[in-house]
Amino acid sequence: MKEIIRLREVNKTFTSEKGHNIEALQDINLSIEESQFICLLGPSGSGKSTLLRLMAGLMDASEGEVEVMGKSIKKPISEASMVFQEYSLLPWRNIIDNVAFGLEVRKVPKKEGYAIARNILGKFGLEGFEKNYPYELSGGMQQRAAIARAMAVSPEILYMDEPFGALDAHTRLQMQQELISFWLKDKRTIVFVTHSVEEAIFLGTRIIVMSSRPGRIIEDFQIDLPYPRDRWSGKFGHYFNRLMDLMNGKSSITEEYSEVYNQCNNL
Amino acid sequence: MKKLKEVVITLIFPILFLIMWQILSIRIDNHMILPELQRVIGILLEPRQSLIGIGSLFWNIYISLMRVLIGYGMAIILGVPLGIMIGCSRKIEKLLSGFLNLFRPIPPLAWVPLVLAWFGIASIATVVGVTSGKLYTLLNNLKLSMLFIIFMGAFFPILTNTIFGIKGVQKTLVDSVLTLGANKWHVLLKVLLPASMPSILTGLKIGLGVAWMCLVSAEMLPGSIAGVGYLITHAYQVTRIDIVITGIVTISLIGIFFEGIFRFIEKKFFKWQSMSR
Repeated sequence: MKEIIRLREVNKTFTSEKGHNIEALQDINLSIEESQFICLLGPSGSGKSTLLRLMAGLMDASEGEVEVMGKSIKKPISEASMVFQEYSLLPWRNIIDNVAFGLEVRKVPKKEGYAIARNILGKFGLEGFEKNYPYELSGGMQQRAAIARAMAVSPEILYMDEPFGALDAHTRLQMQQELISFWLKDKRTIVFVTHSVEEAIFLGTRIIVMSSRPGRIIEDFQIDLPYPRDRWSGKFGHYFNRLMDLMNGKSSITEEYSEVYNQCNNL
Repeated sequence: MKKLKEVVITLIFPILFLIMWQILSIRIDNHMILPELQRVIGILLEPRQSLIGIGSLFWNIYISLMRVLIGYGMAIILGVPLGIMIGCSRKIEKLLSGFLNLFRPIPPLAWVPLVLAWFGIASIATVVGVTSGKLYTLLNNLKLSMLFIIFMGAFFPILTNTIFGIKGVQKTLVDSVLTLGANKWHVLLKVLLPASMPSILTGLKIGLGVAWMCLVSAEMLPGSIAGVGYLITHAYQVTRIDIVITGIVTISLIGIFFEGIFRFIEKKFFKWQSMSR
């Protein structure tokens, strides 16, 4: 399979207002192949969103190299788009004008842009809501529109930053199902950030687990389960337990020890 | 029915007020202290008649409006772009905000002596060199000193609200359009400006209110021979209290009219703002 994203020796350090350096990402080496559904899994503070922003070109690495589609990335590229957790639709635009935004800035003629947007809205079950404003839609529908907007520019890569994190449990399950059936038909590369172990196993072909402070990759493996996945199967449970142990730091004593040691040093 | 009830409720106090006024004016029976209601209404109903030798009510309103609109217009032309720049760039903010904050606490009226020393009775007519004709009459009434005071009153509310609006734009909005292929200009024109428009509009509304309030004080400056503010002070000097009150009522009515325009714009174009979150 073809490599589409590559990170080499990436470090990211933030400087706080008081002048302290906070290491958000440390020694990230990663290669992502195309047509994969990658889940970046980790607790809050593990730098998974930072990592996603680096890949999306919304942020620069302090050290190291981030390459997307063979090119070093400095700013967002037209071959990728992104879905955020919430409040990313422009509230003064109706749904179709939101979905057509990416086409508009690409100078696609208005009629053509609307045709594409209408078509994609249909795919996401939003026909009939073209003229509605975001505030008139439920959280789930707003996120559907946000995904439709990101897909409207036919990206090679779709970045998703906890897109279902703000939804209620029921809507969340429904959206996961919809996303998977969409991806199965479409198979474009998705990099999906989540802190939910169960969501990661349900969606991902590969899970990259991160630890917090500093954010490092502590585990990286394929999920060998056929789609659609059954949350109640034994194998699902097996993955779940393994990941929970990892997230709780039980994978290796030294890891846990160094974590505690680091925290003590920081005090 | 419900609407009618609401209208009646809002009218209770204004009507009581007018009744009290009428009763008091009859009891006092001295139009140099409190003229009767009908005298003021009479002047308001015939705005074209000439008053105490300084032109009609209409003419004076016209001059006042021109002064306010020019001073206010200048404040918009400078305040909005400057606010956008300060809101967008940390560097420009560091460069300018300390300097600008030196002037913000100064009440516009405190500038009066200095402004008189600088501009005297120079007007726009002096600046552009018009010396006669109808245009001269108008331009000569637009004294630089007055425009400056009005400008100072309107500038800071516009500036601070614009900065506040731009800084308050959700970062995810900007990030999301960047990942959709937007460039810097798209971000400014299609995200930052529309997102901060409600706040800018608030600045414009407050700015116009302050500009209008500064008007009376500006029109008391030397060289003023027209305007609602001048009408009030001049009428006072010749003890025409009915005209004084008419002037005050006019200022209030025009202020309400301005406010109404802004409310209409807010309701019509910025419904999303009150409905989102």
